[in-house]
Amino acid sequence: MQDKSSFNLDGDYYSSKFAEQRKGEGDTLILNLGPQHPSTHGVLRVMVELDGEYVRRAEPVLGYIHRMHEKMGEVKTYVQYLPNMGRVDYLHALAWNWAYVGAVERLMGIEVPPRAEYIRVITCELNRICSHLLWWGAYVLDLGGFTPILYAFDDRENIMDILQMVTGSRLTYCYYRFGGVSSDITSEFIAQTRAFVDRFRKRIPMYHDLVTGNMILRGRCEDIGVISLEMAKRYGATGPVLRGTGLPYDVRRAEPYSVYNQIDFDIPVSEAGDAMARYDVRLAELEQSLRIIEQALQQLPDGPYISADVPERIVPPKGEVYFAVEGARGKIGVYLISDGSDKPYRIKLRAPGYSNLHVFAELAQGTILADAISILGSLDLVIPEIDR
Amino acid sequence: MTQILQYLVMPLVHIVVALAAILTFIALNGLILVYVERKVAGFIQRRPGPYEVGPQGLLQPLADALKLMAKQLVMPRGADSILFWAAPLLSFTPVAICLMPIPFGPNLTGWNVNLGILLVLAFSGLNVLALCLAGWSSNNKYSLLGAARAVAQSVAYEIPLLLSVLCIAFTTGSLNFADVTASQSHGLFSWNIFVQPLAFLIFFIAALAETNRAPFDLPEAESELTAGFHTEYSGMGFGLFFLAEYSYMIVVSAVGSVLFLGGWNGPFLSGHWWMLGKIYALILVMMWFRWTYPRVRFDQLLNICWKWLIPLSLMNLLGTALIINLVR
Amino acid sequence: MTTIRKTLNGLWSLIVGLKVTGKEFCKPWLTVHYPRQEVNNLNTYRGHIELVSLSDDPGKPKCVVCRRCEEICPSDCIRIEMHTPEESHLPDRPLMLISGVPLAGSVAKDPLCEGDKLLRVLDGFYLNYNMCSLCGLCVQNCPVSSLTFSQEVYLAGQKRSDFEFDLLQRLQEDAYKPIKSYH
Ligand code: SF4
Ligand code: SF4
Repeated sequence: MQDKSSFNLDGDYYSSKFAEQRKGEGDTLILNLGPQHPSTHGVLRVMVELDGEYVRRAEPVLGYIHRMHEKMGEVKTYVQYLPNMGRVDYLHALAWNWAYVGAVERLMGIEVPPRAEYIRVITCELNRICSHLLWWGAYVLDLGGFTPILYAFDDRENIMDILQMVTGSRLTYCYYRFGGVSSDITSEFIAQTRAFVDRFRKRIPMYHDLVTGNMILRGRCEDIGVISLEMAKRYGATGPVLRGTGLPYDVRRAEPYSVYNQIDFDIPVSEAGDAMARYDVRLAELEQSLRIIEQALQQLPDGPYISADVPERIVPPKGEVYFAVEGARGKIGVYLISDGSDKPYRIKLRAPGYSNLHVFAELAQGTILADAISILGSLDLVIPEIDR
Repeated sequence: MTQILQYLVMPLVHIVVALAAILTFIALNGLILVYVERKVAGFIQRRPGPYEVGPQGLLQPLADALKLMAKQLVMPRGADSILFWAAPLLSFTPVAICLMPIPFGPNLTGWNVNLGILLVLAFSGLNVLALCLAGWSSNNKYSLLGAARAVAQSVAYEIPLLLSVLCIAFTTGSLNFADVTASQSHGLFSWNIFVQPLAFLIFFIAALAETNRAPFDLPEAESELTAGFHTEYSGMGFGLFFLAEYSYMIVVSAVGSVLFLGGWNGPFLSGHWWMLGKIYALILVMMWFRWTYPRVRFDQLLNICWKWLIPLSLMNLLGTALIINLVR
Repeated sequence: MTTIRKTLNGLWSLIVGLKVTGKEFCKPWLTVHYPRQEVNNLNTYRGHIELVSLSDDPGKPKCVVCRRCEEICPSDCIRIEMHTPEESHLPDRPLMLISGVPLAGSVAKDPLCEGDKLLRVLDGFYLNYNMCSLCGLCVQNCPVSSLTFSQEVYLAGQKRSDFEFDLLQRLQEDAYKPIKSYH
C-alpha cells in the first residue's frame, strides 16, 4: 500500500495557485479539466472554478507537449529543420512547411518556379480541408454527436490518400523544399484531386443536413462565446476566429504570397462572433478551398517542380526575415534571424492557436461548463502547435 | 391447507419463477442489446462494428462481459464504501420489478396487478437514487456533477412522463397493463399512438431523458464529465450500471409498446413475438437517435421539459379529460 | 408564432438528420478490414529507407560512401562504416557521381575517388528506424540515388533493436532471395 502522505493531494503549483485566487464567496468547486480529458484534444489542461455548473473562472495551463521546436531550430541546419515543421501542427503540416520554407527563400532570394507554387497551393489547400474536416468532426464530438467525425474521416482519408501519392506520408508531411517541392505531382494525382473535388462538393450538403441545420447543435453554438472584433484584436486572434467576428482578414489576401493573387476566391466572414459564426466560416472555407484547388489545377503550368539554382548548402546571408502564411487556424508566422552560418541564430514560430486559446479564459467566464467545452472546441485548438 | 397452497404458495412460486425468468430475459437482452447497439453504430458509421469474436462478432458481448467480471474492483480513496457498492446494485435491482407487471403475451405476465403502471413508475424512479448515490459516494468531482445533473433531469422529466401516461390511464380507465392492452385489440387504429399521438411523443422524449440516453445523456456526458456518475467504477460496478441502462431501455420500450403500440396485439404471429418486435423497434429508434444527434445542454434540457413538454402534456391531459367527459 | 415556427423547423431538422444517418446505415462499409483486405495504395507509401543495388550486381549497393546522408539526417539515424582499402583492392567502378565534391566542413572530407576508382568501401549501413522522421532528405541528397524508400508498412516489433537495421546486410540477403514483395 502506498503511504497517504506520498501523494500531494493539494495538487501541483498551478492548482494551488489557482485555488488561492478563489473568487466566489460561497462554495465553489475547483475542477481540473485535463491534461487528459476527452475534449481537450490532446494535452491541454484547463483549471476551472465552478459554481454549480457555472464557470466562475477558467485558466488554461500549457506546456504538456512542449518539444522545444524553437530551440531545435538553433541547433539544426536549415535543411535539417524541415521535418520539424510537419510536427508543429500536425493537422495543417503543409502550411507550417510553407511558412518556414518561404522564410528561408525570402531571406536567400530563391525564386520558386511557377509549377512548384501551384503545387504548393493545391497541396496546402487539400491539407486545409483535411484540417477543417477533423475540426468539424471533433467539435461535434465535443458536443456529443459521435457519428459526424467518422463521415468526416471518410473524406479525410480520401485527401490523405491523395497527399500520400506525392508526399509519401499521411500526416506529418515534409514535402516542401527550398525552391520548390520534393517531388512532382503526377497525372494520377491530378485526376484523383479532380475526382475528390467533385465528390466533396456533393458531400457538403450532407454535412449541413446532418449537423449545421440541426436544432440541437444550433442551440449549443448560437450566442455561445461571443467574441467582439475589439476583443479578437486585443488577443491577436486570427483565422476563422477573427473572421467569425466580421473582419475579412486572411493572409492569403492581406499579404499575398505565392500565386494566391492570381486565384479568385472569397474570404468567408460572419458577423456574429459566436461559436456558430466560427463554425459557418470554417465550413464556407471548405468550399473556397475547393474553388482554389480547381483553379490551381486549371492554371497549373509545366516546368520544373524545384528550382535548379538552390545551392547545395543552405547558408543564408546575415539578416532577419518574417514570412507568414494562412493556416487552417490562422496566421502562421516564421521569424528567422540568420548570423550567416548554416544554422539559424534564432527562429520564432508564431502559432495561431496560442493567441486563439487565450481568448478562452475571458470567454468562459460566467458560462455553463458545457458551453465552456463548446467554446474550447470552436476555437479549433491544436495543442502541439500551442506548446511547440 | 389447499387454501394456503392456492393463495400463498402458488402466487409466491409464480412470482419467483417470473422473477427468475425476467432476470434471465434482462441478462440475455443486455448482451444482445450491447451487440445490436454496436452494430447499429457501426453500420451508421459505415464500419462493421464488432466482427472478430465469433461469427459476425456475435460473441463479442460475452467476451466483454467476461472481461468486466474478471476485472479488479477498485474504489477510490475517500469513497464511502457501502454506498459506493450499493449504488450499482440499487440501480439494477428495480428493473426486475419494473418488468413484472408487463404483459409480454396473452398469458405471459409476471404478475398481473391492478396498479401495474403505478408500480413501474414508482420503481423506475429508484434509478435516480442509485445515480445520486454513485455520484456522491465516489469522491470525485465529475461524478458529483453527473449525479447533480441526473437528479435534476429525472425529477423534471418524471412529470411529463407521468402526465402522458395518465392520458392513457384516462382513456382506458385502468392502471392495469392487461386492460390497456385489451383496449387496443381492435385493429391498428385502436392503438393509442393514433389516439394519443402527442402523448406518445412526450412519453418517448421523457423516456429518453429518464433512461439518460442521447441526446439527453447529460449525467454521463463523456466530453464534459469524462464519464459522469460512473467515472470511478470499474469492472462489474460499471458493468451493472451498463446493464441497468440497457434494462431501463427495455423497460421504457416495453411500457411504451404496451401503452401506445398495442402491446402484444398483432396479426399472424403469436403475441409475444409482436411484443418483442415492438420493444426492439423502439429501442432501435433510441439507438438511431443516439448515433445521430449531439447532446443538448443542461439548461436546454430543463427548458424543453418545463417550457414545452409539461405545458403540452397538461393541455393534452385536459383535452383528453374533456373529450372523455363529453363522450360519456 | 415565430417561436412555434422555429420549433417546427427545428424538429424538421432533426428528422433530416435521421434521414441522413438512416441512408448511411443502408450503405456498405467503407473501412478496410485489415487482415482480410488491404489498402490498395501501399505503392505510394514511404517506409524506412533502403539501399539501391547496382543494376548489374544486386548484391552491391550504388553507394559511393560520400556520407552525405549520414550528415544531413536531422535525426541522426544513419551510421556508416567504411574502410579505405589498399591500392590494389580498390573497387573499380564507373562513377555516376553528380557532384562528387565533398562539402566543406563535412564528415566526408576525405577524397571520394581517384579517377575511376572509388577510394572507399562500404562495410555497414546502419539505420536506426526508431528515430527516423521519414523526411526523405537522405534519399533526396544521395548523389548517386543509392537510397530509396521501402514500402514496408507492416513493421512491428517488441524492442528497439527490432528497428535497427543493417541496410547493407538486408540488401545482400535480398539479392539471393526471389523477388520480394510486401503484400
Ligand atoms: S528519412 Fe530523414 S530521418 Fe529518416 S534516415 Fe533519411 S534523413 Fe534521416
Ligand atoms: S548519400 Fe548515398 S552515396 Fe552517399 S553515403 Fe549515403 S547512400 Fe552512400
